[in-house]
Order: sequence, then C-alpha cells, then structure tokens
Amino acid sequence: MSRITGGQIDRSRSLRFIFDGQTYTGHPGDTLASALLANGVRLMGRSFKYHRPRGPISSGSEEPNAIVELRTGARQEPNTRATVIELFDGLVANSQNRWPSLKFDALAINDRLSPFFAAGFYYKTFMWPAAFWEKVYEPIIRRAAGLGSLTKQDDPDDYDKGFLHCDLLIIGAGPAGLSAALTAGRAGARVILADEDFRMGGRLNAETLEIAGGAGADWAARAVAELVSLPNVRLMPRTTVIGAFDHGIYGAVERVSDHLAVPEAGKPRQILWRIYSARAILAAGAIERPIAFENNDRPGIMLAGALRAYANRWGVAVGDHVAVFTNNEDGLRTVSDLKAKGLDVAVIDARKGDEVIDSAGRLGLKSITVRRGNGRTETLNVSALGVSGGWNPNVSLSSNHRGRPTWDDSIAAFVPAADSINGMTFAGAAAGAMSTHAALATGAAQAAEALASLGLSAQIDVPRAEDAPVNIKPLWYVHSGKGRAWIDQQNDVTVKDVKLAKQENFVSVEHLKRYTTLGMATDQGKTGNVLGLAVMAELTGKTIPQTGTTIYRPPYTPVAMGALGGRARGEDFKPTRYTPSHKWATEQGAVFVEVGYWLRSQWLPRAGETTWRQSVDREVLQTRKSAGICDVTTLGKIDIQGTDAGAFLDKVYCNTFSTLGVGKTRYGLMLREDGMVMDDGTTARMGQNEYVMTTTTANAVPVFRHLEYCRQVLWPDMDVQLISTTEAWAQYSVAGPNARKLLEKLVDQDISDAAFPYMACGNITVCGGLRARLFRISFSGELAYEIAVPTRYGDAMIRALVEAGREFDAVVYGTEALGVMRVEKGHVAGNELNGQSSALNMGLGKMVSKKKDAIGMVLSQREGMTTAGGYRLVGVKPVNPAQALTAGAHFLAKGAAATADNDAGWLTSVVYSPHLGHSIGLGYLKGGDTRKGERLRSVNLLAKTDVEVEIVSPHFFDPEGERLRG
Amino acid sequence: MANSLKSLTPLGHAAAETVTVGPVTIVENVAVALASLASRRDREAEVASIAAAAGIALPGPGQATSGAVYGALWLGPEQWMVEAPFASHEDIVAILKPLFGEAASITEQTDAWVRFDLTAADLPALFERLCGFDLRRNGPGAATRTVIEHLGCYVVRRAETEVSVIGPRSSAHSLHHALITAAKSAF
Amino acid sequence: MIINHPLLGRRDSQEFVYLGDAALMHRPDGMAADALSKFVDFAYLRDNPAGEHRELWYHEQGDRSWLVVTRNTVTHAITKVELARDVAKAEGRSK
Repeated sequence: MSRITGGQIDRSRSLRFIFDGQTYTGHPGDTLASALLANGVRLMGRSFKYHRPRGPISSGSEEPNAIVELRTGARQEPNTRATVIELFDGLVANSQNRWPSLKFDALAINDRLSPFFAAGFYYKTFMWPAAFWEKVYEPIIRRAAGLGSLTKQDDPDDYDKGFLHCDLLIIGAGPAGLSAALTAGRAGARVILADEDFRMGGRLNAETLEIAGGAGADWAARAVAELVSLPNVRLMPRTTVIGAFDHGIYGAVERVSDHLAVPEAGKPRQILWRIYSARAILAAGAIERPIAFENNDRPGIMLAGALRAYANRWGVAVGDHVAVFTNNEDGLRTVSDLKAKGLDVAVIDARKGDEVIDSAGRLGLKSITVRRGNGRTETLNVSALGVSGGWNPNVSLSSNHRGRPTWDDSIAAFVPAADSINGMTFAGAAAGAMSTHAALATGAAQAAEALASLGLSAQIDVPRAEDAPVNIKPLWYVHSGKGRAWIDQQNDVTVKDVKLAKQENFVSVEHLKRYTTLGMATDQGKTGNVLGLAVMAELTGKTIPQTGTTIYRPPYTPVAMGALGGRARGEDFKPTRYTPSHKWATEQGAVFVEVGYWLRSQWLPRAGETTWRQSVDREVLQTRKSAGICDVTTLGKIDIQGTDAGAFLDKVYCNTFSTLGVGKTRYGLMLREDGMVMDDGTTARMGQNEYVMTTTTANAVPVFRHLEYCRQVLWPDMDVQLISTTEAWAQYSVAGPNARKLLEKLVDQDISDAAFPYMACGNITVCGGLRARLFRISFSGELAYEIAVPTRYGDAMIRALVEAGREFDAVVYGTEALGVMRVEKGHVAGNELNGQSSALNMGLGKMVSKKKDAIGMVLSQREGMTTAGGYRLVGVKPVNPAQALTAGAHFLAKGAAATADNDAGWLTSVVYSPHLGHSIGLGYLKGGDTRKGERLRSVNLLAKTDVEVEIVSPHFFDPEGERLRG
Repeated sequence: MANSLKSLTPLGHAAAETVTVGPVTIVENVAVALASLASRRDREAEVASIAAAAGIALPGPGQATSGAVYGALWLGPEQWMVEAPFASHEDIVAILKPLFGEAASITEQTDAWVRFDLTAADLPALFERLCGFDLRRNGPGAATRTVIEHLGCYVVRRAETEVSVIGPRSSAHSLHHALITAAKSAF
Repeated sequence: MIINHPLLGRRDSQEFVYLGDAALMHRPDGMAADALSKFVDFAYLRDNPAGEHRELWYHEQGDRSWLVVTRNTVTHAITKVELARDVAKAEGRSK
C-alpha cells in the first residue's frame, strides 16, 4: 500500500472496486487513479501506436495515458480518464488497447518495429498497390488502431438537456474562480460557478499553500459554503464547460450520476446545459507540461504537480524513492511537500544544468539516469519521478472563436489574447497570473469589472496569500542519445517525429499536427501541444511566437454521444402527431406510416387479407364502387382574412382567386419566385374577406412561413391576417358514388347537387347541430366531399361516418389507396412536386396567369423553362400488363444504351391500378406532351428492371371527370 | 352545442387528465375556449377600444392578461389569443365577431391546442429542463412562444407557482410525456 | 447566437429560420417591361460578403415576425435588428 497520511478522502468508509479483474479498495474522495496508485498499481494502460506500458502522468482531465473502459455491459464507456473517475462502491474498470493482458500485450511488438511507424507512416507505407487499400491495409490498420471498444448495446441511461441564464458564468472553481464568485455573489449578481471536479477548490485542494493564514483547502471549503448560502449563486461541480459559442452562450456537461453505480430512477446520467451569460470569466487554471527525455513515458513518471496532488489531496505516495526534474520554482513545491510527508526526494534542477537523460523499468519506473551540470552521469533508483517543464495557462476555451493565444516570456507559455471571446475575461493561472495571490486578486478584479459593465458594483476583498515568482528557464527536450523522447504520450508522438516532420518540411504548426498526429488523440494535446511546437521552433531556429500555436475547438473534453442526443432517442427522437381518427384506426388494426411527425393510416387490413395489396385494392375498388372515407386532417389549413385577402391570394397563387365566389372552392398552384412549383391545394372562400387555404401535408409549415414573408416583407400594406387552423379541425374525405347519400345521413342541411354543387363550400352542422365545414372537392376523381368538425369531435365523427356508411359497405382507406386513386386520375403529388418542376412540366402551364404579378410568374416564362421538348408529365403503362413498373426508372429509346446522354426522363410515381389490372405510372418525359403512343424502355439499374412501356395520357381513369360532378 | 357526438380531450379521453409527479401537478385543461384576434390594417385603435369595452385586456409583446371572463396573450404584432370559459363561450367566434365586426379577423383556435397547467413551488427548476424561457426572470403575466422538444408552444406564467403550456393538439401525448419526464428528472 | 428581437428582446437563434440576403425584399414589378431581366438578377444574384451582411430571419418558433438582421458573417456580431415590415415600408413597399 502506498497510502500516507492526510488528504481529502474519507478513511472511515471503504469502497471496493475492480480493475482488470482484481479487487481493490479505496475511499470516498478518491479517483480511480488515486485509488489504484494507493494500491501500488502504476500500470493502467497501453499507448495508441506502440502499445507502450503507461501510467497516469496527471491528476486531472488532461490525462493522456490512464484511460480505461469504465463499467461493464451496456454501461461500458471506453476512453475514460482514470484521473477524473470519481470512485464509487462496486466500480469496475478495465484497461484497453492491450491483448491478452495489460502486462503482456502482443501488439507491443509495434514498439520494436517503431522505425516503421514513424510520423507519416500511413502516407508512406501504404502507398501502393491501390487495390491493397481496401482488402489488406485498411482491415489491418482498423484492427490495430483505436483505443477502447464500444459495447454496441443501447445505453440504458437517460440524458437531459437544459437551459440556464446568468449575469456571470465563472469557469473553474480554483482560487481565481472562487474569488470571482464571492465578489460577484456578494454583490447580488446572478452567478454560475462551474467546475469539472467533484470537489471545488482547484489546485488549493492539491497544495499546502496558505490563504489568510490557514490551509488553502480550508479557505476553499469556507468559500464554497458561503456561496452555497447565496440564492443568486448556482454552484455546478462535476460540470465541464465544453465550449464557448456565440453571444455569451456556453455549453456545459453536468455529470449528475456518473459518480453512482446506476442513476436514480427517472434521473439523468448527464445534462447538457446551454448557458446564456451576459459575461464570463475563464478561471480554468493551468496545465503542467512535461520535459521530453528518453523513455520519459514509463509508469511512475508524472508531472510534478500531479505527484504532489496525489500526496496532498489523496494521501498517496506514488513511490517511496522519488525524484523531481524541474526547470521552474513550482517543481520545488513537490520536493518540499513530499519531504514534509517523510519521503526521500532527489532534485534535478534544469536551471542548474542538471538533466534526466534516460529511465529504466519495463512495466514501471525503476531508475533514472541523470546527467549533472558538471557532465557527471549517475543512476538514481527511484520509483516515481515528478517532471515540471512549466505550466500552460488553460487557454482552450479562449480560442474557440479562433482567437490566437499570445506568448508570455515571463512564464514561457501562451496566455489568452484579450478580447478573443466577446464578453469573456481571464483570471488566475488561466490568464498567466500564476501565484495564489494573483489568482485571488485577478478573480476579484475581473468579477468587479464584469459587474460594472452590467451596472452592478462590487466590493473587492482579497485575502492574504503567497505571491512567489515563477522563475522558469525554458527546457523542452533533453538533447541526448538516439532513443525516443515522448511529447504526445497518447498518440505516441516523439521528438524524433517532430524532427522528421521538419526534415520533410511540415514545419507550420498545422502541418506538424496533421503529419505527426500531435494533439489529435482524445486528450487533444493538453499536455503535449506546446511542447511539440516548442521543439519545432527550436529545430527551425525560430521563436515560439514566430512558430505559432494551434487552437482548440469545442468540446474541451470528450462528450458522450448520449449527452448530445439528450432525450431525443427511440420513440422520443421526435414528437408524434396523431390524427383524429388514430384511436379508431388503431382499434381496426390499421398499418400506419410516418408522414413528417404525423402517423397516418397507410391501409386498414381486414380479416383474411394477407398482403398489403389485397387491402389497398379493396379500398380502391370499393371507394370507386360505393364510398370510401379517408382522414385528411394532416393537410395544412391556413385561415386567411382581411379586406385584401383575395388580392393577396392572387399574388401567392399563379392562378386567380379574387374572382372566386363566396361559397366556392378552387384548386391553386403556388410557385416559387424561380418559377418552380412550391405547393398546391384547394382554397375555399368562406366569406367576403375570409378564405381557407389547404396545403400539402409536408409543406404546411414552409407555406405558412412563405405567406408571412409575402404579407410582412413584400406587400406590407396589404390588409391580410393569417393563422394556422391545421390542428383545429378534424377533416375527412368521403368519396365515391354513394358519398352524398352517406353524408346526407349526418349533415343537417340540404347537400343535393343543386344546393351544394361541385366545388361548393360552406358552414354546415352535423348530427343535430355540431358546427362543421363542408367542401365538395375531390382528389380521387369521385363524387367527393371533405367534411371538417372541431378536432375534439374527430374520433366521434369517424365512427359516425363508418356507421353511416355501413349500409353502403363503405370502406375507410389509407394513404396507399389515396395514392393509387390520385395516380389513376393523373394528379400530381409529392413525387412530382420535387422542387425542380414547373407548372408547364406538370401539364398545368395554362394555370399561370400572365395578367397579374404573382410570385413565380415572370421566371416561369424565362428561357429554358418554356423550351419545347422539355420534361412533361405523362402517363405510363407496361406494354406487357404482367410486368410491373419501378418508380425511379429512367426512360430510354428502344435500343439506346443506359447512359446519361440517352436519358429521356423518369418515372415519378408507380402504383398498381386494380381497375386496369396492371401497373401504371406518372413520369416526366422529354417532349412528353407530343409522344403519346410511343414505346420506350423504362430502366432502373439499381432494381435491375427493364420494362417496355407505352406513353399514355396521365388521366387513366374517367378522363372526362364525369364522376366527380355526379 | 346540440349534437349526438361525444367529444374527446386532446389526450384522447372522455375527461381531462391530471398527473402528479413529485411536487408537480400537471392538469390537462379543457375548460377554456380560444380564438385568435388580429387587428385589420389601420384599425388597431378601434380594436383596442372594443376589446377594452368587452373586458378583454390586450397585452403587449411577451405578456398575458386575465380578466373576469376573458384572458389574452400576445401572439405577434397586432395579434392575440383570447381565452374564455368553454362552458359559456364554446362558440367563441360567434360571440366575438359581432363585437369586433370588420375591425378584426377572428378565428376559432380552441381545438388547435392542448393546454397543460403545471403547478409546483419551484417551477423554474422544472422549466430549465424544458426550454430557454427563463422563469426566474419572467414572473406572473409573462408569456412567450418557444420550443419544447421540437414543439412550438406558448408558455404562460399565470402565477408564481402556476404555468400553462399550450402546445399543438395533435402532439398532446408527446408534450405530456416531455413534461412528465422533465418533472421526474428535475425533482 | 442571440438575436435581439425588436419586440421580444434577446432570443436564441434556434427559434429562428434563416432565409438569406435582405436584398430579397427588393422584389421587382412583375408587370414592368423589363421584368424578366430584373427578376433574373433578383432571384439568382446575391452578395455573399465576408463581413457585415443584412439578412432576413423569421421568428418561426416565436411571434412569426420577419426580421432584418445586420450581422457580421465573420465574427457573427449582430449590430442591428429591425422588423422587416418596418424596413419594407420605409423602402416604399406597399401592396
């Protein structure tokens, strides 16, 4: 055991956990990494490319090495950093990227073959032959690459999304963040303080530094307690701010239940918050960086700050004989803290010319080789080495808007550029203010400044704390030997790789990154990036500012896909819209089809019907023979009122509506300004200044948006008011020769042909006084009506219609039968309204009035739109009635090869017509208006069909329209 | 309305549903008739005075009002939703039209919507899981249209502890499910 | 993004639908002699500046107002938001 005294763990309770099959114990307050280290386990993973044995180098979310598969079964989560996993009782984790075991990994052979796997090896090794890519190289690479594995099971947990609002968002709850929160919170501002750690305090929990004469960690605990008592402050531990978006919007992931074995019932595992802030302070601290030297990646070698964090916060000695290799003052804090804990600590201070030049120990550090400033070399037997190459301010979020951090020589690191994100300022180590005093002072000052900009005043109260200088002498890598010195440990990028990139002239930081994969692993180079570009700067003889730096995109740390998806999965992926007849149709065993959010009856099988065609054929035949009922509620309905309503319709439809009489309905064609058809539908004039427009189901929302555009933007003085009534009315089509007789049983008024002729509309009552609307319109080509009742009566109405239809053996039909009947009549629908077709293409060119300035009129006449020989709507039937047509098949002249040049058009819609006893279709054919009777091939290369077809009129059934006027 | 048909609530039952999830009560409210009221061009003043005389207080942007009989919420420029008791105003358009004549466009909206009334001591904690409407800053009388789980809804703060969510009727089940799920999650 | 709606204040851009260049307001007279060439320009030619841009946005999940938003396409900074109806009227559009 490596547990020593002290730390912020609860030793009164023990937590059992399993790593790689072996059971260990830890304490509340531990992370998986601290608990494993306390149990003497340093080896926690294998590197990506060379499968090198690795242990944690950090104690935070920057960790590149100690990444594990957390939990088992459906909850298994790959690539989880052991350094931030909050220990819970029963935790199970497994190492990854190794086989058969962590201690013996077969692919460690890659390490011996490393000359073949240098930077750019993908580009060089697998150059040729090209055919080998798919069959040989890619499968091999895919098997070897990747870190953790996915379970391929459904995630059993829930994820929420949420919205928060604040005056001031403070990112990071270390000394700077706490100081800022106290300053703003005491002043009454609405504050959110978010920190990725489960314990607020930041580095104060990992240090022995004092604030106001007491332990820094105690001050942090008191600050948190005070903030908890302020109702205007929201503390969000376990919450990572993952990105800075536009105009003060931040994304944050709160890990609500990750520290539990299983979330509580009904509670989410995580919440993705969208935070709206007036101002923000980035107080995310700094991340220590290593110094590269040969074999600097062995388990037991870690960042000096992490080494002391494990000792101070978690009471863990990573080794009993310890060395510290530093080029700055902060590394010496590890020396003094560990010595105070009774450990034996050697110091290698690079500022005095001392350097670590190599290490030994296959599965964990056993010794280091030190070259002293006087040239003498010695071997030290140590099991832990702390390395400090300086601290990089955590600038990640500051560059989300492409702001380039600037170089600060005094700390040898990049600091955030001022104004890199609107509304965001920087405090503490994130701003390059490295002492505790500077953190507290800048936190308070930035909070006061932010509040002043919001019209609030704040008192600044900075407690006493150390203000030691950084005193750094930059050292990036130790020049010695020919071995490999790691820069990016997760992606196995070494100093040699950077040298190779330089040699091959990939010297810009962006090229360096892509060529070597520096910083492209799951840790995104939090510890390695600056080191890599500093090495490149040194090699090219440039300064670091001249060399530049790559910048960071969101997210700050990896985000589970579940959190991004939120509740939108499975049945909750989108809302469901039920039609008024849904309950009745469900009772009938209807088959439903999704149409946007709507569920519509597709067909309604009856007992004995075993194929969908049997049901659809029956529905079509019986409708045309007697009567059929169909729920058409999903069509968009827009109430258009105002003294200019008629003139408005003349603008938005290509045909004329102002002349339509009250109580009449007309089919309307709506064009886009480019002359293509946007939508179609019937519009009824219910009163002098009152129209009801119907739209296709799919276009209800876009048409409404378009009408508002016309009303507000194009003709702002028109007296027109709009409101959607799609959901207010349950609307049913009743079609067929017996439609009138059926409806007469329900409608209270006279609806004889004389009283209610073809295309009539009006307000009526049904069933003894229920207000309703009736429209004599037809999509099926039959005598047909659409009847609308208030939606709450929709269920009762379908039942009443079915009951009234019983004596006529009326059917209820679904969308398939609807489609068959409209194709039989040659009516265009979604497949023909494809956004690339004009009225002329659809055979409706005469509808475009040139006497008025309607949308799309002018450009529907432009060159190219009116060319003879362009696409025209045609009817199509197979020459051999036994052959079926295939929608999407292309027309070819007989004998012509199936090439794009010979393409003469395509079949848009295909159905089986039970009346004709064969397949029929609609299609667009070049010059189709003059080609009736011609025989062509219809070829679908995907479906492998090739059918000889005859071009006919699109009106397959009752071409004179006698039935609908019956 | 005299007729032989039976109506259903938006959730598809004969009677409105009430669900309690922890401290939250969610009531399907079918006792309110709705009509949209939009001023005709250049007749805004006339509409305002007729409305005032009828006891309809027409609110400004982002607001809702309630009176002895009528309530109203702002939908858009010169357009409101008028609320009245369903029992007395089932045919709400027939009641309003004679008052406003040709000064306004009036359209029945009762059945276009489902209304859920939510009561809880800490409604902001619930709504921060549902939408971006900040209940901590929008007290009683505030109303807005916004998105809840892809559905365009009106959120009306009736009182400190009561909010109405008025959403598209055909998606009543989805909206109800979203409200219940959020309540379970938040409390 | 946040769009500062002239009537409703700060609203999340998620509530809006984007249309494009506010020049789409300048619909030519379809009955004019030169209508065809004017409409070709109107329908097919747009400026696409890297910088300040006047754009049409629709508050679909809000009050259904069309807005003219002046936005920098590089920084996303929004400097002006107007009701499109007011802009259209000011530009002389009527019926």
